[in-house]
Amino acid sequence: MNRKKTSWNRLPALTPEASWRVASRHALLPNNLPKPFTPFGNGRSYGDVCLTDRGSLILTESLDHFIEFNPEAGLLCCEAGVRLSDVIDLIIPYGWLLPSLPGTSFATVGGAVANDVHGKNHHFMGTFCHHVTNLELLRSDGNVINCGPQENSEWFHATVGGLGLTGLIRRVELQLMPIKGPWMDVMSESFACLDDFWEVNSVSESTSPYVVSWVDCLSKGRGRGRGVTFKADHAPMVGKLGKSHKRFFNVPIEFPVSPINKFSLKFFNKMYYSRHRGFSRCYQNIYSYFFPLDRIRNWNRVYGSRGFYQYQCVLPPNNSEEATAELLNIISSKEQGSFLAVLKTFGNRKSLGMLSFARPGTTLALDFPNTGSDVLKLLKSLDAVVQEAGGALYPAKDARMPASLFRLSFPLWESFSKFVDPNFSSAFWRRVT
Amino acid sequence: MSRNNRVVIFGVTSAIAEKVARYLVERGDSVYCVGRDQNKLEVIIGDLRIRSHKDAYVGGEIVDLLSFSNHEAIFESARKALGGIDAILVAHGSLPDQSLCQASFEHAKKEIETNAISVLSLLTHAANYFESLDRGTIAVISSVAGDRGRGSNYIYGASKGMVTIFLQGMRNRLYKKGVRVVTIKPGFVDTPMTADFSKSGPLWSHPDYIARGIVKAMDGGRDVVYLPPYWAFIMFFIKCIPEFVFKRMSL
Repeated sequence: MNRKKTSWNRLPALTPEASWRVASRHALLPNNLPKPFTPFGNGRSYGDVCLTDRGSLILTESLDHFIEFNPEAGLLCCEAGVRLSDVIDLIIPYGWLLPSLPGTSFATVGGAVANDVHGKNHHFMGTFCHHVTNLELLRSDGNVINCGPQENSEWFHATVGGLGLTGLIRRVELQLMPIKGPWMDVMSESFACLDDFWEVNSVSESTSPYVVSWVDCLSKGRGRGRGVTFKADHAPMVGKLGKSHKRFFNVPIEFPVSPINKFSLKFFNKMYYSRHRGFSRCYQNIYSYFFPLDRIRNWNRVYGSRGFYQYQCVLPPNNSEEATAELLNIISSKEQGSFLAVLKTFGNRKSLGMLSFARPGTTLALDFPNTGSDVLKLLKSLDAVVQEAGGALYPAKDARMPASLFRLSFPLWESFSKFVDPNFSSAFWRRVT
Repeated sequence: MSRNNRVVIFGVTSAIAEKVARYLVERGDSVYCVGRDQNKLEVIIGDLRIRSHKDAYVGGEIVDLLSFSNHEAIFESARKALGGIDAILVAHGSLPDQSLCQASFEHAKKEIETNAISVLSLLTHAANYFESLDRGTIAVISSVAGDRGRGSNYIYGASKGMVTIFLQGMRNRLYKKGVRVVTIKPGFVDTPMTADFSKSGPLWSHPDYIARGIVKAMDGGRDVVYLPPYWAFIMFFIKCIPEFVFKRMSL
C-alpha cells in the first residue's frame, strides 16, 4: 500500500505509485511494478535523493545480512541494507572500525556508498567509498555487475556517489580500519572569530585525524564566526563498553510549533560558546563521539511537521575564506539558522565517484527550520555565494537546489547519466537534470 | 531460561523469528534454524554465524514442516548438533486469504495444516522431549487473531485459537515437570506477511520490537504475552463484547 514517504528532514513528502521490499539478495527486480525504481534504505538523507512520486520505491530494509567477515584482515562483506550501527556493533569488539563515518549510524551501507558520505576525518582518510573494495550492482534488465576500484572500474566510479541511480546496490565489501579500543581522546579549543578559525583548524588538522568545528552562526560583528574546534584521536585504552551507550532519549511526538527561533537559538549558542571557551580535553566512547544525535531518537520531530532544510556546501580552497565569511554574514543578518552549524575543511584526496560531493575546500553545514518562503529566499542568496565561489551543494542533503547550480558544480553529470539504469530515477534526479 | 542456551527455531525465515535469532546469537546462545526456503535459510545462517560468539553453534536444515513425518527427525538432528536443547520457538505460519478459504475448503485445510496442525505435531515431540528432561522452554507465536473469531479472517483465527488452547493444556500438563510453555500473541506487525495491508495507524509495530519482547518472554515471566502489551487491553474489551453485538460488527 502506498504511504507518503519522507527522508530525515521530513520534506518533501512524496507518495510513490508502489513500494516493493527486496526479498533477498538473490531476487531480481520486479517486472510487474510501475517504473522507474528508486532505492530507499533507512531514509536518513535529507531531501529527495531517495524519494519519488513516480514509479516504485525499492525498500532495502530486508537486505540486512552480513555475508563474510574476516577479523584478521579487517574485511567485511555485507548486504547493502545493513545499517552502519550493526556493522560497528559487530566489528568494534574485534578491534576494527569503519574508516569513514557520517554523523548518524542509522544510515545504511548502501546509502553511504550511493551518497559517498564523509566524516570528521576526511583530511586523513578520504570518503566512505575510498574504503569500498568491491560492490555488486543489480540492473533492471537482470544483469549483475561486480565492480571495484580495479574491476569494472567505470561502473564503480559511476556507482559510488551515484545516488542509487545506476541500479540496485546489493552487496558491498569494505576494508576496515584497526583501532585499539572503543574510546576517543577529544580536545576542544574555542576561536573568537572566523579569522581565528583558519589558524586553529589548520594546526588541529596537522596533529589530529578527526577535526570538526561548531560555529555560532548568529554572532555578528567582532565575534562573527566564533566557535569551537573539536579534534580527536583514538585513545590507546583497550577494553569493552558497557551498555550505557545504548541508552537513548526519544522525542515521542512532533512539536506543534518549532521551539527553534532566533531567541532560543541566540540563547543556546551563547551558552554553548561560553561553556566551551578556552581549552578542554576528555575521553568519550566511540558512539557518543561520532553519533551524539543518535541518542535522541526522532530528533527531527523537534522541527515540527513542516520539517527543515539542511544546507551543506563546499567552497574551493582559493575562495574559502571570503565565501565562508560572506555566508555567515548573510545568515547572521537574517537571524535564521540553527544550533547545528558545522564547519570543516576537506583534505586533498580526490573522491572516487563521478558525482561525489567531497572535494578540496571548506564545507559548511546548517539546518534551517522550514519557515516557507522566508527560508527559501535566504537559501537562494546563499546559493549565489556558493555559485560565485565555484562551490557545490551536497545532493544527499538537498531538497531544493536549482538545476543550474547542480550542473555547474557536478560537471560530470552528463557522462554519468550514461550509467544511469534506464528504469531508475528519483525525484532529485528529475529535479536537477 | 539462563544465558547461553541452545535454541531450535522453526520458521526462522519469518521476519520476527530471524530477529529473535539475531538477539539470541549476539548474546552467546546457540541456535538451530529450521526453514523451508533454501536460499533464505543459507543467507540467514551465514549472517547468524558472523554475529555469533566463537564457541556457539549456528546451523540448521531445510524442512517442509507440512510433512509431519519429518518432525521427529528434526529434533534428533537438532539435539545432536546442539548437544541438547534448552528451548524451542515455533514461528512458522502464513496469513491466509480469507476469501480463497471460503471458496475452497481444500485451501482452508492447507492453511489450517500450516498454521495449526504442523504446530501441534512439533509441540507433541517437544513436550515429550522436555518432559523427559524435567526442564525446558516451549515458546510459540500465536496471534491476537486467535482470541476471537472475526468474519474477515476466521480461518487464521481458528488456527491460532487452536494453537492457543493446545498450549494452555500443555502448560497445565508440563507445569509440574518444570517445563515453561509461553504463548506469544503479537498484534499487527509490519512484516512481509502483512505486505498487503495499509500500515497507517498507531497499532502497527516493528518486528525488531516484537523480537525483543519474545526473547524477554522466553527468558522468564508471564505465560501469555501480548506484544506490544497494550494488546491485552484491546483483546480484553473485544472479548467482552456480547456475541449478539459482535455478530453485527465488521472487524
